[in-house]
Amino acid sequence: MTGYFLQAFIYLVAAVIAVPLAKRFGLGSVLGYLIAGVVIGPVIGLVGEETSVIQHFAEFGVVMMLFVVGLELEPKMLWGMRHRLMGLGGLQVVLTAVAVMAVAIWLEFQWSIALTVGLVFALSSTAIVLQTFNEKGLGKTEGGRNAFSVLLFQDIAVIPMLAFIPLLALPDLVDKAQLVATSAAQQHDEISLVAGLPSWAYAMVITAAITGLVVGGHYLSRPLFRFVASSGLREIFTATALMLVIGIAALMSLVGLSPALGTFLAGVILANSEFRHELESNIDPFKGLLLGLFFITVGAGIDFAILWQQLGIILLLTLGLMLLKALVLLILSVVFKIRKSDRWLFALSLAQAGEFGFVLLSFSVQNHVLPTEMVQTLSLVVAISMFLTPGLFIAFEKLIEPRYRVAKSERKADDIDELGTVIIAGMGRFGQVVNRLLTANGVKTVVLDHDISQIDVLRKINIKSYFGDASRADLLHTAGIEEASLLVVSMDNPDSATEVVKYVKKTYPQVKVLARAFDRGHAYMLRSAGADYIQKETLLSALELGADAMRCLGFHPFHVEQQKNIFRRVEKRSSDVLYQAWCDDSSGERFDNNYRKLFIELEETIKQEMVKDRSDKHATSERGWTPPPKGYDEILEGEEPIDSIPTIADGRITP
Amino acid sequence: MSEIKKRILLLLAHPSQHRSEVNIPLFEAAKSIEGVTAVDLYGEYPRFDINIEREQQRLIDHDIVIFQFPLYWYSTPAILKEWQDLVLEYGFAYGADGVALKNKLFLCALSAGGKEDAYKSQGYNHFTIRQLLAPLEQTASLTGMRYLPPLALFGARTAIEDNRMSFYINNWQRLLKALVEDRLDLRKAAKLDKLNDQLDSIIRGE
Repeated sequence: MTGYFLQAFIYLVAAVIAVPLAKRFGLGSVLGYLIAGVVIGPVIGLVGEETSVIQHFAEFGVVMMLFVVGLELEPKMLWGMRHRLMGLGGLQVVLTAVAVMAVAIWLEFQWSIALTVGLVFALSSTAIVLQTFNEKGLGKTEGGRNAFSVLLFQDIAVIPMLAFIPLLALPDLVDKAQLVATSAAQQHDEISLVAGLPSWAYAMVITAAITGLVVGGHYLSRPLFRFVASSGLREIFTATALMLVIGIAALMSLVGLSPALGTFLAGVILANSEFRHELESNIDPFKGLLLGLFFITVGAGIDFAILWQQLGIILLLTLGLMLLKALVLLILSVVFKIRKSDRWLFALSLAQAGEFGFVLLSFSVQNHVLPTEMVQTLSLVVAISMFLTPGLFIAFEKLIEPRYRVAKSERKADDIDELGTVIIAGMGRFGQVVNRLLTANGVKTVVLDHDISQIDVLRKINIKSYFGDASRADLLHTAGIEEASLLVVSMDNPDSATEVVKYVKKTYPQVKVLARAFDRGHAYMLRSAGADYIQKETLLSALELGADAMRCLGFHPFHVEQQKNIFRRVEKRSSDVLYQAWCDDSSGERFDNNYRKLFIELEETIKQEMVKDRSDKHATSERGWTPPPKGYDEILEGEEPIDSIPTIADGRITP
Repeated sequence: MSEIKKRILLLLAHPSQHRSEVNIPLFEAAKSIEGVTAVDLYGEYPRFDINIEREQQRLIDHDIVIFQFPLYWYSTPAILKEWQDLVLEYGFAYGADGVALKNKLFLCALSAGGKEDAYKSQGYNHFTIRQLLAPLEQTASLTGMRYLPPLALFGARTAIEDNRMSFYINNWQRLLKALVEDRLDLRKAAKLDKLNDQLDSIIRGE
């Protein structure tokens, strides 16, 4: 037990120190984790032997990442990108594999070895690339989207590769292995449902598993989540999310499929669910930590002894590989018309080998396709190319992007920013009206509410909304607060509404926050929390009802309208003064004497303004619609206005 | 850089700006000229609750007042009438102490759907554009302002299709610049029915 604590502590310390430092130097978190791994592994030697065990565990981070990726992809969207997925992704894998194979054959390797190495190197690192895209906000760019479809294709392509590679087994390697392995236990220490099944049964099991996943995900997930959500226990929802991911990963492993792909599929199935954002924010912290752990193990797994021995050849291979991959990607970017800075982003981001490379390499050793010594070297090539990737991103950011950015800024700005989305937190009676007005005008909104029955009602009338507690920072994050231009806070709980405003204005000052206030005091709290626009929820409707009352009493409708405007104007004018008084009374007792006095003054002002008339020098109420004094026009008779006005000294007119 | 001698207050009244093909481009073109304060009345007062103090201060701060609008029923859109009713107060714009606007220059820049031919006694609108704007001309007179005939853009619905816009924008900017730099022959201009085609003869020093 003590050993585990110690190990966990070392890993966490390394991450806690290295990652913030790396971020501060603009290197990105991935490089931070990798460096942390190198430091605690090969450099200081605090960790070592258990790395491969932890790596298996950490690979679960990749599984979770694909689940989250799946959550963001609706099936419709996936179908929409099928051409790019197959065309761009397929060509990338085939061309890279062929190119690497050609080089390997030229180096006089056997064709089967060459082909396997080609397949291994055709893959890129989904983990590093997506994590970096996320951090740098590159995912929505043209280059980012294309890179994403290639990564997706690669992750799918791993499955046929796993099926295909054993066919390439080399007879002499098999012989050698059999000599060693006869006494040792068989490889099948892993639990498997499908071991020893005939192929037709195997196919049926797989079909059944996937069908179960799709059908279950579609029909069972919603009642399950609703049942859990109605308990109101946040940790149980988190547990459910974890249960789901782990369960699917287990099921896929049992039937011999890739867990990562299984969870990806589950994510896609759940992408349409109203629980999507809540699920994502529940999984996200686990995903982040496990991915970090994975990167650390990559760093820690670098075998410096072998690296020093073959430094030259490994570096040559790594750089050659990255150059080759970038070249293939550049050619594809020309064919698929990816332009400008996006072309470079596309080519540079995918020019490394990936984590599935490790999987394939160890798999090929097990299946006697590649010799062990060779795999050790190739693993280093994979690891180092991953290590160099953050550097490529930095190069892209510092060298390539600025060159294109200059050209971009010369373009005239668009009239309307259609891209900006609005997040509406709280879909009660208030938020709904806001949402209806916005969506009716073609504004895209993301709607959050923590009341599941409310979400149900909204779904029934075709309003897309998501279950989740908007006072949680992570949920706002997954709802896309970074890219949103407005946040409407219309949650029923005044305190959590204030908290949300405070958090968002502090963390994302560029987001305009519009908040609904419960009453005057809440309005002041929201204002001091930094809300940009505040409406008191009942003020305007109460004013309308008051106006109805006046009309019932026989006041002229237009007069009523004017008095309403005056009320609103005076209220607005005095609110600054009252707010100041409210702020000064920070003793906790908000309604002390000074404030009360000011409030009474406000009431008095409103009354005065209402009864003011023309005769008053400062009249504002009916100003402009009252006629001039009687007899004023007699002075104009027969005179030229321009000249006559200054010369009037007639006692009849009094100012 | 040319010198600013006069300051222009340009008041735009257009209630349907997302449909505008003529007035908004002209309004935008005016903004780029130094010395012009461009005010979008419907934008500032969507509820028609015009701030009288502020509008009067604006008038005091400028030498030239221009109403810019699409012609609605031979007159200005509603908010400009509201603006006149409220801002041109007794005691400010007219009456014993009402000298705030005295000697300022006033003109209209308007667009009209009808063809120019329609605006004459034989045309279907029966009156010239200057005749139709008589209430404004008299308002200017009573408030002591110097009145200039309008810059009127006819056939506004097809201005873009006929490729007339760049010509209009150019003329509009020439006029505004001349006003700011005080290069307009006011005496000559005041006699015209509209400023449209006579810019060459009334603008000096180009």
